Amino acid sequence: MAENSNSEYAIEMLNITKRFPGIVANDNVTIQLKKGEIHALLGENGAGKSTLMSVLFGLYQAEEGIIKKDGKEVKINNPNDANDLGIGMVHQHFKLVQCFTVLDNIILGVESTKHGILQKEEAKKKVLELSEKYGLKVDPDAKIEDITVGMQQRTEILKMLYRDNEILIFDEPTAVLTPAEIDELMEIMRNLAKEGKSILFISHKLAEIMAVADRCSVLRRGKYIGTVNIADTDQNELSRMMVGRDVQLVATKEDKEPGDVILHVVNMTVPSKLHHNNAVKNVSFDVRSGEIVCIAGIDGNGQTELVYGLSGLENCTTGKITLSGKDITHASIRERSTSGMSHIPEDRHKHGLVMDYSLAYNLVLQRYFEPEFSTKSGFLKKAAINSYADKLIEQYDIRSGQGAPTIARSMSGGNQQKAIIAREIDKNPDLLIAVQPTRGLDVGAIEYIHKQLIAQRDAGHAVLLVSLELEEVMSISDRILVMYEGEIVGEFDPKVTTPEELGLYMAGAKRKEVTA
Amino acid sequence: MGSSGKSSESFLSKPAVQSILAAILCIIIGLLVGYIALLIIDPKGATEAIITILKNYFTYPTKAAAMKYLGNTLVKAAPLLMCALSIQFCYQAGLFNIGAAGQYVAGAGASLFFALVLKMPWFVCLLAALIAGGIFGIVVGILKSYLNVNEVISGIMLNWIGLYSVNMLLSGVKETASPYTVQIASVNEKALLPSLGLEKLFSNNKYVTIAIPLAFIVAIILKIILTKTVFGYEIKATGIAKDAAKYSGMKEKRNVIITLFIGGALAGIGAAFLFLTGYEQWSVTQSSVPSMGFNGIAATFLGGLDPIGTIFASYFIQHITSGGSYLDKNIYPSQISDFISAIIIYLCGFVLFFKLYLNNYLRNRQEKAKERKEGGKR
Repeated sequence: MAENSNSEYAIEMLNITKRFPGIVANDNVTIQLKKGEIHALLGENGAGKSTLMSVLFGLYQAEEGIIKKDGKEVKINNPNDANDLGIGMVHQHFKLVQCFTVLDNIILGVESTKHGILQKEEAKKKVLELSEKYGLKVDPDAKIEDITVGMQQRTEILKMLYRDNEILIFDEPTAVLTPAEIDELMEIMRNLAKEGKSILFISHKLAEIMAVADRCSVLRRGKYIGTVNIADTDQNELSRMMVGRDVQLVATKEDKEPGDVILHVVNMTVPSKLHHNNAVKNVSFDVRSGEIVCIAGIDGNGQTELVYGLSGLENCTTGKITLSGKDITHASIRERSTSGMSHIPEDRHKHGLVMDYSLAYNLVLQRYFEPEFSTKSGFLKKAAINSYADKLIEQYDIRSGQGAPTIARSMSGGNQQKAIIAREIDKNPDLLIAVQPTRGLDVGAIEYIHKQLIAQRDAGHAVLLVSLELEEVMSISDRILVMYEGEIVGEFDPKVTTPEELGLYMAGAKRKEVTA
Repeated sequence: MGSSGKSSESFLSKPAVQSILAAILCIIIGLLVGYIALLIIDPKGATEAIITILKNYFTYPTKAAAMKYLGNTLVKAAPLLMCALSIQFCYQAGLFNIGAAGQYVAGAGASLFFALVLKMPWFVCLLAALIAGGIFGIVVGILKSYLNVNEVISGIMLNWIGLYSVNMLLSGVKETASPYTVQIASVNEKALLPSLGLEKLFSNNKYVTIAIPLAFIVAIILKIILTKTVFGYEIKATGIAKDAAKYSGMKEKRNVIITLFIGGALAGIGAAFLFLTGYEQWSVTQSSVPSMGFNGIAATFLGGLDPIGTIFASYFIQHITSGGSYLDKNIYPSQISDFISAIIIYLCGFVLFFKLYLNNYLRNRQEKAKERKEGGKR
């Protein structure tokens, strides 16, 4: 394979420029991946990481620049070419057939046959050898739908190894894992590198890059910022390279004694849309004024449905919800909203915004029916809506092309989220429910949103935050509830607990009774 | 975005201008393809034929005659406009109301039943048409909201249910010698729509009634509802982003039903606007759904999905349809006009492509201009 070449680099992408109508996604970007190294690719959302990888994978063709494999220029016109060159990728969302076994998934597409009959035993032997060699524990005969996310990811890695790939790309591989699984993955990556595989590790999590990578290349708004040795740098420098300015990585807040109970939930059960079981099982908890309560957990453990139940998007089968002393168990979405509940939804494109409406129209989405914005005869007061929008745009620093008339779709993700936050906070709610409010946003926007949430708490409102990011959970919450398979399995004080302890509960390894 | 560029560019980037340009382009291509079809059928008279279609009532030498037949075109353009508005209103709420054809049929049946059998005055007949069309719409709306039945499927099925029900309903009031319903004028004159003297403008064309200005007014009212009211805000939000509408507490199910009721009512009234003039009689043996509801689809898309644009588009489509009837039937089938409007419907999808292409072109030019400026600075 690579033995006969004398180049230091396994793959080189030199001066790559890729344009889309209206933007330059990659502007003269150069990435050189050494043999046997773990090379991190760092950048905020929209910095051009995915585009660059798509170019490497043959999904897009770059307008300028060349790709070299082992020092020789190559043309990659489609993913098959990439595969032939030994480039493999673990996607953020796994590409596995749920009802197939691990082994079936690994050999899918490269099955060895004899007279048209599958030779699974041979394949199984090879898979077991590989799994032994790299410490990738899997059960080849288990079905994908029955195994953990961590094992699914190992299956994806084995898929690449089974195809003798030399260059392995990991696209945000830790997003779906528990802290323990992340440690395990890091170990696997180090093993792979030791065995001579070259790894490109795409991430925006600084701590992980510091822990596992040898070198790190940074992209910002499509531009190549530089490559640094991890040994010679620290998190602050990396974040400065990524964002272009100094960023306060950890939010600060003063201690505060929580006040009255604002949200009181007793024995709430919410059915699941995906399976026949309940997604939320008999959950009870309180949120008080002046505190941020955080629901931590791995994605898909009932957090989404819990919020649907609270906001009225989904009906609860049992239980009672009280908001500021008022029973809202059977109230409509609108009633809950006007009774003092604000909701920053998980999916801002689907729920949070009418993407083809103007920013002004979106800013009154929860209030357009109020006398301030519409007449009794049912006409919209456009002047009032626009001046209100202008006020929020200024107060919350929402940036857009043309101000209030800008179509929401054309705004950046961070500013879309700012618009939602402005709208929900300006309602002056008793309870603010924020679901993954910082997902997919850059460090600067995250800093801003954390400040807003803390300001709500300091103003004496109750905040319920649902987050998958342990760092976020630890830094801004006053109390942590861990959800596992639809139940609250533990309550923690962020001052005394550790991410490792939370991780055990998030993975279902431990649980304790919670007194509501 | 900072610099608006040259004035021609900012003019071209206006959505209304783009819609009009795209519509004109569709019409030109549609006519061109129609012309080619005429050439294939018989090259000799093709040029004359296409001119005849375009001239429509202008073929008459006297102004009086031309005005009279302009009246006829308008009489049929009014119901077409109503059907187009029905489809368009529902389209704003994200619903494709292909059932407008059936709602039109229901409106025709109800208005004629009230006029001929119950001998009611015109406004009662009009109200009956409104309610009948509305009920047909509500059925589709309820099926859509509560059982998630696709509105296209239920709409098409209701078209046929409507057609045969109306055939049965009106079979008692048909002329003895023909399959057509009896003339309203001969049985119950007060069921005819009043003209308020409008007929004098059109050389005493007795079919010209208040239906024409009413259709016009309805279009303007719809424009106001969609752009200026809370209801329009909700309807459009439900149409573009159902989940966001639900999230913000709008009753999206109720909105779907109300929208389809209004859509049905518009198509129903459209039918009354035609049949209560006495211009047409219902044939109780007809076995295909009247094309008026379907032609409404063409009119609304050609009109750029805007009520005001739809007024012009409805008129144009009716204009060439009427024009088609002046062709020499021995050589050319009068359906050539339907053919041209069909081509135009097909090209309506192209309207979107055209806008996309134009916007991309404008953006590229703007960017290049910007680059040049920045290059100069460096």
